[in-house]
Amino acid sequence: MSLLAVEQLDAWHGLLQAVRGVTFEVAAGETLALIGANGAGKTTLLRAIAGAHKPATGRILFEDVDVTAVPAYARLRMGIALVPEGRRLFAGMTVKENLMVAGRHGRPGPWNVETVIEAFPMLAPRLNSRAANLSGGEQQATAIGRALMANPRLLLLDEVSLGLAPIAVEAVYRSLAALIASGTTIVLVEQDIGRALGVATRVACMLEGRIILQGRANDMTREQVTQAYFGLRRANGATS
Amino acid sequence: MNTDRRFIVERWTRLSAAASVTAAVVLVFLAVAPFLFDANVVDSLTTLFIYLILAVMWNALAGYAGLVSVGQQAFFGLGAYFAIQLSYHGMSVYPALLLGAVIAGALSLPISVLMLRLRAGEFAIGMWVVAELAHLLVALDPIINGETGVSLIALNAYTADDRRAYNYWMTLAAMVVLLAAVFVLLRGRLGASVQAIRDDEDAAQSVGVRVLAAKRTIFFLAAFGCALAGSLWLATSISFQPRTYFGIQWTAYMIFMVLVGGLGTFEGPIIGGVIFFLIEYFFGQTGVWYLVGLGAVAIVFALFLPRGLWGSIEDRFGIRLLPVGYTLRLLRSDFYHGSHTAPPNDRLHDLTEPNDNVERT
Amino acid sequence: MTWVTQLLNGVLLGGYYALLACGLSFMFGVMRIINLAHGDLAILSACLVFLIADTTGISPFIALVAVLPVMGLVGWGLQRWMLERSLRAGVLVPLLTTFGLAIVIENGLFEYFGADTRSLAPYIGDFAYDSWEITSNVYVGSLAALIFALAVLLLGGLKLFLTYTPLGRAIRATAEDADTAALVGINARAVYAIAAAIAVATAGLAGIFLAMRAVFTPFSGPEQLIFAFEAVVIGGIGSLSGTLIGGIVLGVAQTLGAQINPQGFLITGHVVFLAVLAARLALGALRARGGIRGVFSRPS
Repeated sequence: MSLLAVEQLDAWHGLLQAVRGVTFEVAAGETLALIGANGAGKTTLLRAIAGAHKPATGRILFEDVDVTAVPAYARLRMGIALVPEGRRLFAGMTVKENLMVAGRHGRPGPWNVETVIEAFPMLAPRLNSRAANLSGGEQQATAIGRALMANPRLLLLDEVSLGLAPIAVEAVYRSLAALIASGTTIVLVEQDIGRALGVATRVACMLEGRIILQGRANDMTREQVTQAYFGLRRANGATS
Repeated sequence: MNTDRRFIVERWTRLSAAASVTAAVVLVFLAVAPFLFDANVVDSLTTLFIYLILAVMWNALAGYAGLVSVGQQAFFGLGAYFAIQLSYHGMSVYPALLLGAVIAGALSLPISVLMLRLRAGEFAIGMWVVAELAHLLVALDPIINGETGVSLIALNAYTADDRRAYNYWMTLAAMVVLLAAVFVLLRGRLGASVQAIRDDEDAAQSVGVRVLAAKRTIFFLAAFGCALAGSLWLATSISFQPRTYFGIQWTAYMIFMVLVGGLGTFEGPIIGGVIFFLIEYFFGQTGVWYLVGLGAVAIVFALFLPRGLWGSIEDRFGIRLLPVGYTLRLLRSDFYHGSHTAPPNDRLHDLTEPNDNVERT
Repeated sequence: MTWVTQLLNGVLLGGYYALLACGLSFMFGVMRIINLAHGDLAILSACLVFLIADTTGISPFIALVAVLPVMGLVGWGLQRWMLERSLRAGVLVPLLTTFGLAIVIENGLFEYFGADTRSLAPYIGDFAYDSWEITSNVYVGSLAALIFALAVLLLGGLKLFLTYTPLGRAIRATAEDADTAALVGINARAVYAIAAAIAVATAGLAGIFLAMRAVFTPFSGPEQLIFAFEAVVIGGIGSLSGTLIGGIVLGVAQTLGAQINPQGFLITGHVVFLAVLAARLALGALRARGGIRGVFSRPS
């Protein structure tokens, strides 16, 4: 049984089609890396899964329940949490308030403000600082922590390394590794192919709205993925 | 080398040419109306023209420049007020009406320095405050006698029939000139600037559109137009009471006419004005429920038919009667290559969406 | 009347304005809507209380307890059926629909109540006229003082509510970024409806007190709206404490202006409002150019 199943999803931005007929599944406990260049449709796909973007056609099934028509806030309560592109923290609220506001509607589970601080110790001295005053790495940590506060079964991460210093990226991926180890299912959008391949169990490459390459991370070479990323050649085993 | 052209850009379509000719014919007919019809008809037409002026001006401000003003009655009242002042100081009546409007229009320029820097909601009420202040200051003028008001007695120099005819022609001329001004402006550079501003003000500024100058031009035009409407109203009703001329009901009428007719279209306010005139003619005497009905209809249109009657027709059938925009005439049917799936059309249109006319041959 | 008394009266009047403006400011802060029917909703509330007091003889202070929840429901309904839809259609539509609503309310009330000026003062007995003597020359109206105290309590209470309660945090988050608020589980529609209920209920409270300390007609709404708006703008849009300050500045300006001329009450208020607006815009433009030094040192 797959935790998440996406079937023939089409999504538009106004007159521009961002997602074309995307179909894939994610099993519980897996980490799927979604790779692709800018404009490939990855963010739109993640937002559609989280309920923040209305698809034109297709279905999204979460734990075998059709959630296509379920609004975003209800999907969070069901267990899907998105760490949006650009962090999107509530800038006027403190770190603690950002976490608290997200913890209100989540499911019961191990994550609360204390455990989030344990996972991201750099936030401890910044608990009462306004989110607008944080560094990039601290903001990313807060954004991930905020998603975790809902104790999600499916965690969606959109470009968490974007705009961060290497040392901050390092810290983020260390905590990701811990999350994966604890059994959370993750779909991860990432431009840094090396990092993505490092943590993922499965990989999907998107180009112009379609998935052109899918498979187990171990079975793929870096060259295959790079070529798919740039759309140089349709790789073997391509699905679209 | 592929030289065959796939499209032609046109300004006039057959339909718009026919409509323009019709409009010209109607105008000639209207010009001789005082000789053809009795006094009541001429009076009614004069009132209709004033409503049309107000509708077109408010639409220019809100539909094209995106400035919702809840205070245009400021200029309506000031136009009449300055006309009275000029007349009382010895100027001949009809020139005074015109010059009064010009002065009121000129006042809009310093007002715009402050007002145009405000954002949408603040601008709306800010203009209302300006109207209230104008009302209070005018009522302080000893000539005006407070809320009792005065009459433009110089008009008594003319017989009722002459007055009626002169008012009619002056109003007709004002309406035609203002409509022409809006038409010319829209066809020209200002029209393109204004559409760009409506879509995305920041983006427009970044490509060199002089946003403030464009807004100020339209603000001035709308102020002058409303002021002229006010002095023309004075010519027809002869008496001036601050409360009537500076009242908020004028804005209510303008909003109703433009919303029902079609915000942001050229023909819309004209249609809305005619509809409003007819409704007032038949129901205006029913008292309070009339106003309640106006308000309710405005709400319904704003919520469910934001493009107004004409706007919806334009959207549905893709027609435009007067050649204000550009039309793309496709010469080849394979213009759309690649993906043939059509986008879903479930977006709620923003009120200020531009019109693009695409016609296939 | 001494100037000190006038000053005090102006400050207390400012308390009423703060109470009135609170809902307008709140609705704008959360939903970015300027409710042009705000004043008329306040008058609606006053009319309802008047109706109860006039027909049943119940004191307005008690009738208030019944009417405020009704006003809250009105706000909730307004948001749910009108404003929500308006918001989606663009930034101009809420202005147009709330304006239409204002016309409907005013004329509907006129149809039912007629044009007579009314007041709730006769129904609260001596309290409408009581005053406290502070010194031999300085008097303070007890009703005015009560209104001021209520305004401070309400604004303070709202601030605390927004800062320390889960619902308050949800409202703040939704006000900042409704899209992301949905991603963290907040039902934005419900939040908006609650905020609207609070906004309209506070407007209702203000309307009832207006009726107690002065007179009103079905057409008093627009004037109240303008006062509320001026108070909000003077104090700085988006700040609850600013609303109190703005109200006080407006109240003082008006009261002192009335000493000069009977019309001075309104005129001074409007002039001060425009002056503050102009000053704020000029300061903003100045800051954008690098301050005073920037203006003078940049090469032409």
